[in-house]
Amino acid sequence: MNRKLLIVLLGTTSLYSMVSRVALADPSEGPLFIDGEIEMITRTESVEGHPLPEVISGWHYRTESTQALEADSFENPGMLAVEEGEVLWNTVEGSEGKSCASCHDDAAESMATVGASYPKWDAGSAKPINVEQRINMCRVEKMGAEAYPFDKGGQKPMTAFLKNLSLGEPVRIDVEEGEMQAWWERGKEMYYTRTGQLDLSCASCHEKNNGKYIRADHLSQGNVNGFPTYRLKQSALVSLHNRFRGCIRDTRAEMPDAFSDELMALEVYTTWRSQGLSVETPAVRQ
Amino acid sequence: MTLFKRLLSGCTIVALMTVARADIVAPGDVTIENLRIGTSLTGQAGDPVEGRKVFADRKLGNCLACHVNSDIPEQLFHGEVGPALDGVAARWEPEQLRTIVVNSKAVFTDASVMPGFYSLDVGENVREDLVGVTILTAQQVEDVVAYLSTLK
Ligand code: HEC
Ligand code: HEC
Ligand code: HEC
Repeated sequence: MNRKLLIVLLGTTSLYSMVSRVALADPSEGPLFIDGEIEMITRTESVEGHPLPEVISGWHYRTESTQALEADSFENPGMLAVEEGEVLWNTVEGSEGKSCASCHDDAAESMATVGASYPKWDAGSAKPINVEQRINMCRVEKMGAEAYPFDKGGQKPMTAFLKNLSLGEPVRIDVEEGEMQAWWERGKEMYYTRTGQLDLSCASCHEKNNGKYIRADHLSQGNVNGFPTYRLKQSALVSLHNRFRGCIRDTRAEMPDAFSDELMALEVYTTWRSQGLSVETPAVRQ
Repeated sequence: MTLFKRLLSGCTIVALMTVARADIVAPGDVTIENLRIGTSLTGQAGDPVEGRKVFADRKLGNCLACHVNSDIPEQLFHGEVGPALDGVAARWEPEQLRTIVVNSKAVFTDASVMPGFYSLDVGENVREDLVGVTILTAQQVEDVVAYLSTLK
């Protein structure tokens, strides 16, 4: 199918759901092709033990225009950060005089599965680590460069670049390795714990009420396959831990630090829930 | 006005406020019987006009986040997490509406996602400056209840 026609078709279905949004708040139909070429898995059967029968990408819950932005990599404003990340990949930094490419060569080959398979168990620190932390490990230990502070420096662009290399790959993490199971349990506990003055848990919004509108926001399942995502509201790339913190803040609770044990456990658990969906980085959200 | 008179009138206002405050039922002392809270939390009647404002204000009731209410068409985007509140006064009596606003979990189930607006039985890790603080004041609850009672 030709790309323009596809976007028009995609547009029509979601426009319909937008106009009659109170009556029909179900997630819109797909499919999503990036540049009319890469077919994305945006709805799929969930893994065993998942409370919902089907996992659905946040893409389905967005408006026609937002959906179209993601479907076209020239239009997707998040792609600028991906390009920035590629430049950083080849930039020499630190006391060892190396760039990422010095050791890993062509990222498209050496990093092809990274974006779909984190968090991973890290035996050294006896904790799960995410892509942001893995990048920092190489910067500090292999390059003699400084770790990127949370959301600063090249952290978001480099993470977006690496994850974008797995575009279309289904998210799949190993929760058997090391003590991942214990972290999964802890993350699950957090997911169902009500927090803050408003007394809401992740499940209150994303499990019990996905598909409904909360004020102007169409609640999705809160899947993590698109991160870092480009948020139109903020005109910026938003990291996963930033999003976690925002959702927790909205319950009027204290926010755990980025990369704290709490948020790492939550990342392990929510990534497990999102399994089977294609990596969409950089997804476009409102 | 002389300084003396000014101080004096200041004292009277403070004294009046103290008297009024003493009549307010604290969140922990609210008694619910048969899903009802029988009397005003402040001893005063609620003001439905004020209540309508509290209902719509995102920083106060923010009720439109979860409820459709066709009495407030000037505000766009009504949420649908809870039922539409059109005609709610025909379904519940004011004493029951008061309980729903104070602590919805006492009327529905513990699993209700509607916040308790005058309850300290809330979630974990409450933002530091909100510990021990209810979402709405007792008078705001009364105003909202008075407003809901007009939605026949
Ligand atoms: C001096 C060589 C060296 C440099 C420079 C280097 N790395 Fe690595 N990197 C490694 C080695 C070796 C591993 C394998 C794991 C280990 O031994 O720590 C690795 C592993 C990784 C992994 C995990 C791959 C996987 O399959 O899970 C990622 C991601 C990564 N590096 C990214 C980067 C990035 C991004 C940079 C630049 C900021 C970088 N690396 C710079 C040597 C290097
Ligand atoms: C008061 C409701 C509410 C609560 C509670 C809440 N969220 Fe969200 N969340 C939202 C809204 C609204 C959005 C934006 C629309 C959407 O994708 O659902 C969102 C978006 C997200 C996204 C991005 C989804 C995407 O496709 O880009 C993730 C991930 C997420 N939330 C995770 C969580 C986690 C984890 C928790 C618990 C710590 C949580 N949320 C608690 C309302 C909530
Ligand atoms: C986070 C979502 C949420 C917010 C915010 C919220 N409610 Fe609710 N409300 C609900 C849900 C859900 C129900 C349905 C009962 C249940 O299953 O918990 C409900 C039920 C009600 C009912 C009973 C309706 C009926 O027809 O039986 C009333 C009255 C009510 N809410 C009033 C309010 C008022 C007033 C406010 C603002 C001060 C408010 N709600 C804010 C979610 C919410």
